[in-house]
Parts: sequence; C-alpha cells; structure tokens
Amino acid sequence: MKTILKSALLSVAALTLTAGTAPAADYPDRPIGVAVSYGAGGATDFQARIVTMVAGNEDILGQPMYIVNKPGAGGRKGWNWFATEAEADGYMLSAYNIPHFIAQSIKGGVKYSADSFEPIANWGSDPAVVVVGKDSKFNSMADLIAFAKENPGKTTTSGAGLFVGHHIAALQIEKACACKIAYIPTKGGGAAAMKAVIAGEVMAGVNNLSDAFRAREAGNVKILGVADLERNEFLPDVPTMKEAGLDVDNSSVNFRGLMVKKGTPQEVIDKLAAQVPLMFENARVVKRMKAGGSPMKVMTRDEVKAMWAQRQATLAELLKGL
Amino acid sequence: MEFLSYFGGVFEPVSLMLLIGGTIGGLILGATPGLSPTMAVALLIPFTFHLQPTQGLILLGAAYTSTVAGGAVSAILLKIPGAPANIATALDGNEMAKRGEGARALQLSFLSSGVGGVIGVLLLIFLTPVLAKWALQFGPSHLFWIAILGVTVIGSLDSKSFVKGLLSGCIGLWLSQIGYDEIQGTERFIFTDALTGGIHIIPALIGLFAIPQVLDMLAKGRNPQTIASLDVPKYSFLDSVREMIGSIRALSIGTTIGSIIGLIPGVGGQIAGLVAYDQARKFSPDRNKFGTGHSEGVIAAESANNAMVGPSLVPLLTLSIPGSPTAAVLLGGLLIHGIFPGSDIFQKHPEVVWTFINSMLIGQILMVIFGIYTAAWAAKIAKAPMPVMAAGVLVLALFGSYSVQQSMGDVHIMLALGVGMFVLQKFGFSAAPLVLGLILGPIAGDYFTNGSMIAAAQDGPWVYFFTGPLNIILIALVIASIVYSFWSNMLQGSGKTEATGEAAQ
Repeated sequence: MKTILKSALLSVAALTLTAGTAPAADYPDRPIGVAVSYGAGGATDFQARIVTMVAGNEDILGQPMYIVNKPGAGGRKGWNWFATEAEADGYMLSAYNIPHFIAQSIKGGVKYSADSFEPIANWGSDPAVVVVGKDSKFNSMADLIAFAKENPGKTTTSGAGLFVGHHIAALQIEKACACKIAYIPTKGGGAAAMKAVIAGEVMAGVNNLSDAFRAREAGNVKILGVADLERNEFLPDVPTMKEAGLDVDNSSVNFRGLMVKKGTPQEVIDKLAAQVPLMFENARVVKRMKAGGSPMKVMTRDEVKAMWAQRQATLAELLKGL
Repeated sequence: MEFLSYFGGVFEPVSLMLLIGGTIGGLILGATPGLSPTMAVALLIPFTFHLQPTQGLILLGAAYTSTVAGGAVSAILLKIPGAPANIATALDGNEMAKRGEGARALQLSFLSSGVGGVIGVLLLIFLTPVLAKWALQFGPSHLFWIAILGVTVIGSLDSKSFVKGLLSGCIGLWLSQIGYDEIQGTERFIFTDALTGGIHIIPALIGLFAIPQVLDMLAKGRNPQTIASLDVPKYSFLDSVREMIGSIRALSIGTTIGSIIGLIPGVGGQIAGLVAYDQARKFSPDRNKFGTGHSEGVIAAESANNAMVGPSLVPLLTLSIPGSPTAAVLLGGLLIHGIFPGSDIFQKHPEVVWTFINSMLIGQILMVIFGIYTAAWAAKIAKAPMPVMAAGVLVLALFGSYSVQQSMGDVHIMLALGVGMFVLQKFGFSAAPLVLGLILGPIAGDYFTNGSMIAAAQDGPWVYFFTGPLNIILIALVIASIVYSFWSNMLQGSGKTEATGEAAQ
C-alpha cells in the first residue's frame, strides 16, 4: 500500500514538474483553475462561473477555466491557501473580493496582504446600500442618522460579517455622522442579513446593491442610500451617502476580479492581463450577468493596481482604531 | 388549482428526459458519501446555462429531491449517511439490513420519502402565502431555542447509555466551536491551517460513520467465521406499501416535523430527520425497539427529510430568502435565468414557477420508482466480499471528503475523526449524538451571540430571549423534553444498565 502510494505521489509530482517547466510562451496549454474563497452558490462563486465560461474560446485563452471552491472563515481560508500553497505558474488563479481581503490583512492573523498577489482584471462592483423594512419609520438617511444620534448604540444594523464591505460601510457611516450604531454581523452572508431586515429583527441593514434591488422589487424593503461616488444605474432614485450629507466614499464597494500569486512569470501576467478583460466583455457573459442582476465593472490590470493601493491606504486609516 | 394547467410543460420530451435523468443521477450522487444535495445542485448549475429557464429548473429540482432520498441507500446498507439529512435513517435502517431486511428498509425509505415529499410540495403549492409570513416569525432567539431543543435529545439518541450519549454530544459541541468565528471575529482551537474554517460537516460525517465501519471490516480480517456478509434477499413491494400505511403515526410525525423545520430559514434540513426520529420514538408504544432495526425509525426519518424539500422553497420563492444552503444555490439557478423571486413571482413567471413545482411533484413519484429499482441493484453491491467492500468504502470516503472543498486538510480531519470514533465506539460511544452536537453547536452559538448583540441594543437578554409567545412555547418544549428524558431514563435506568453490562462482557 505504502509503495503504491509513494509511486503514485512521485508520478503526480513528476507530472506537475514537467508541466511547471513548460515555457511561458505556450501558456496556457491546459485548463486553468480559479480558486473562489466562498462556497458554491454564493454571489462570488455564481459570478465567477459566469465570467469564466468563455475562457476556452480561441480568441480569449483557448483553454477553459474551472472553479475550485475553498470556502471558510469569511474567505480567509481560501486566500491563505492561495498565498501559501498554490503554484505561481498561472494555472491557478484566484477571485479577489475588495475590500474583504485587504481589510482582513490589515486586521492581521492571515498569511496574505495586497503584496502577495498580482491583480489581473476586475469584473464586477457591487456597492453597499442601506436598507430598512418596508414599514420602517425611516424614510431617508437623515431620519436614520437623527435616530442614531438620539439613541447611541440602539440602531441595530445587520450586515454580512466582519471586515467585509458591509462592515466597512457601517464603520464609515459611524465615522461620518459621529454617532454610534449597533452593527450586527450575521452568519450566512448577505441573504441572512437581508432576512433580518425584512423580518424586522433589526432596524436597518447594510447589504449588496444587487440583492437590495431585488428585495425592493419584491416590495420588501426601502433603500435609503448607496455608499458609492455616483448614483447607480439600477437605482437612479437613491441618493449617494455624500448627497445625503455623509462623508462616505466608495471604499466599501465590493469589487470582484481575478488575480494571480506574486512570482508568476511576467509573460503569463501580461497575457492574462490582455485577454481576461476581453473575456469579461464577451457578449454572452454580459448578457448572463445582466440577467442575474449582477452589476459589472471591467477594469484593466493597471486600474485595479491603483484601486488596490488606494483601498489599502483608506482602510488602514479607517481600521486603525479598532 | 392554477398549477394543474401547467402540468403540460413537465411532459414535454426534453423536460421529461431531464426530469428522469436528474432523478436517476441525483439518486446515484446522493448515495455517494460526500456528495450532498447542495453540491449536486451547485455542480449542475453550469449545465442549465444551455437550457430554457424551465428546463434548467426542472433539472435542479429533480436533482435536489432525489439526492436527499438517495442518501438513504448508503445509510441503510453501509451505515454511512450520504448527507446529514440521512443520519437518522442509518440508525434503524442499518440494523434492519444486518438482519437481512435491507430490501424492506430501502423500499420503506423510498416510499416514505415519496409520501413526505409529495405532501411537502403540496404545502408549497397551496399554503405559500400563509407560510411565508409564518416563516419570518423565527428570529435569532427562537432559532437559539430550537437548537437547544435539539440538544436536549442528544443524550437519548442511539446510545445504550444516557451518559455516554451526552458525553459524545458534548464532544460534538466542542468540535463545532473550532475555527474562525465570523460574528465575533475571533479564532478558536485553530492549531493548523486546515482548521481555520472549522470542521466541515460532510468530511466529519464520512469520518465518523465510514471509517469505523472500514476499520471494523478490516479488523475482522480474513477469518471466514467472523465475516458476516450482508445478504439482501428480495422483499415484497406490496408488503412494504402495506407496512407503510400501517405506520401512519411515524409517517405523519415525520412529515409534519419535516415540513415545519424545512420552513424555518436558518435551521436547514440537516436536523429534520433526527428530530422526527426522536419524536416518533417518544410517541411510539414500541419505543424500546427504536435503534434495533425498527421500521418506524426509517419511515419517520425519511418522510421528514423529504417533506422538508418543498417548504424550504417557500421563503426562497416568495421573499427571495434562501432557507437552506441548497435553496441558496437554487436561488443562483433562478437568477441566472433572469427570474427574481418575490411575492409576485407567481404572477410574473407562472409558467416557470409552476412547471418547476409540478416537476418536483412528478419527480417525487419518479424518485420512488427509480429508487426501488436502484435499491435492488444496490443490494447486489452490498453482497461484495468484505475486503473489497472495505477498500471501496475507503476510496469513496477519501474522494468524498476531498471533493467538498478540494482540500487535503479535510481528508486529514476526516481520518482523524474516524480513527477517534473507532476507539470511542469500542467504549460504547455512538457517532449520531456527536454529529448532532456538531450540527447544533454553530446554530445555537451563532444565534445566541447574534441575539445577544441585538438584545444589548434593546431591552437586554432576559427580555429578548424569554418573552414573547413563540419564545415561551419553545422554552416549554425544551423543558418538556428534558423532563421526559430524565423521567424515561429513571424508569428504564435499571434495565438499560444491565444491557450495557452485557454488551461490555
């Protein structure tokens, strides 16, 4: 048994070695994995499966991409794995979620930081919005803030966990209004946080624009404000936080895209950086994303690099006191 | 009765083919340890890209229904539950199989799955608007009490000794606390990277149930005297039908509890089978026969875990709130075709929604038919020689636990738990209470912290957790369950000690 196992492991190792030494010029000559740090069926997984579905087209990469789910601990498990164990050969990419992984690395206790990875391209942006139940007495951000100022720490506000976009938005709102709200992280992602709002378990909630848009269409919630620099095309009637008088920028917007590990050959990075945005802009991808209510924002490698650097600075400042 | 007019869509050639294919495929996937309903549905979503929305949903619905039922096959024949939902089925089902009544157990399990499933889907069809409001009533404090209610049955579950049951339940509760706590932002008992995300229920389930079985088989070695090959003789299908109709009590308890639990978002179907099993035992005059291969145990457990399927879609379809991990994956399947669930979904997309629901109804019936065919076929596998069987189960166990998160760490956790459980079993501990602890720990813990945070911003924990009619009803149930456990253990205490003594000798 042992010898069989050993020889099997050796042959696997040999295979990976030969594959690893293949010249980067031929890249890619086999299917490419995409690690997703969240479970199958979640928003990131769902979108990653759509945006990678045409990778095998000859004019994109000529090789298909497959999704590998590495969920756990709010994404920490998957990104730890990617930063420490994945090969830097371009055959294993990872989906990133900003601000999640940068905020986590600032808080510490993880084995990665923004410097561990090289961005390839961005496919989506989902701003955080503030929602209240449809029968809530709050009709605007001003109502909500006025209540929070009168009742410090009493405004229960749900969101999907700690150090995710929702939490960052709540922290920024608190900072901007100089008041105290009670942020309630729920387990089970944005869906559980939304349920708490609809069922009236909490007074308000921070949630994804895409999910809030659907909940409003279904007549379950009111959307008070969007934590972005501009109004969103899905919600032209909802004011930004700035318009509502709160100094909150777009740091909490949930950006999703693809990255590789630092140390990946430059030719591979260049090839991906050139081709992956084409994949995201493919007509079939755009159509599917639109049908799913997932807002897209395609950004090139250089744009993403600048965005990461800017987030790193803002979040370090915001999370300093925590 | 609007749904009747949409039955035509189910019987279109492509739809019917998908329905049959999804059902058969689902049964096989479900019977494979490690492939849970959630995974089966998630794996199928990319295939639905190329289908019409209705057809895609038919495939997903059929796979969901039949994977839940398929898990019973390995639970009964091998005592390895295919998914958490089938744990309770293994308790009595496997004992029946050991007695040579595997065919009877399998037929009963598919029949009761079918009955429970059909009733569950009918609830979805007729009572959705009423139930949707009701499902939202359950907040963190109520879910906390439901989890505690589950904890109170740990001690009496599949254990010869009440104390040993409690102890292994406590081990499960402790194991469930390992990992990064996403609500409090702290780490607990993480010594190695593999434990960052905690212990995933599927590898744990495989390790705790399959590995001790494999070790047992191997420990018996080649000695022909000790090898008791599992024989599954044929059993009359009509007798099974008659027996199931005779067990109306177990069937109705299972279906009722399954439907209620399925409806509550956040509890999930994992505990439906176990809770129904426990209640069926409490209300049965033959309660001492449970755990020794009593058919009522199989009927209650299987009717519950399929009755859960229909109602678990109520919050999803009307409020866009997925009540279980599988429902969350189904939501993705709906969205990808541009269908946004909401209270007006039945008006906006009647053809899609009703065809989907109808296909689940037909799917339940197909599942019974194919399940019984599969059962005859699976019985042949069960006759395999012990060493071949041990090797086969081991391969499935390794494959299953790796595939959940593509993680070798999960395989190590699975093996470690398995070896640990093998040793514990030698001392009379049982895996079922441990798994129940593992499932309930996070539910109780998370909703307690969540509730406490909300309570702190309101009138304090006492008011939040102890007032309101729903809280009081649930607390009363918890107290009743504890009193019942003590009372029945005091009464039967002497008899039980003797039984353990004999087993030890």
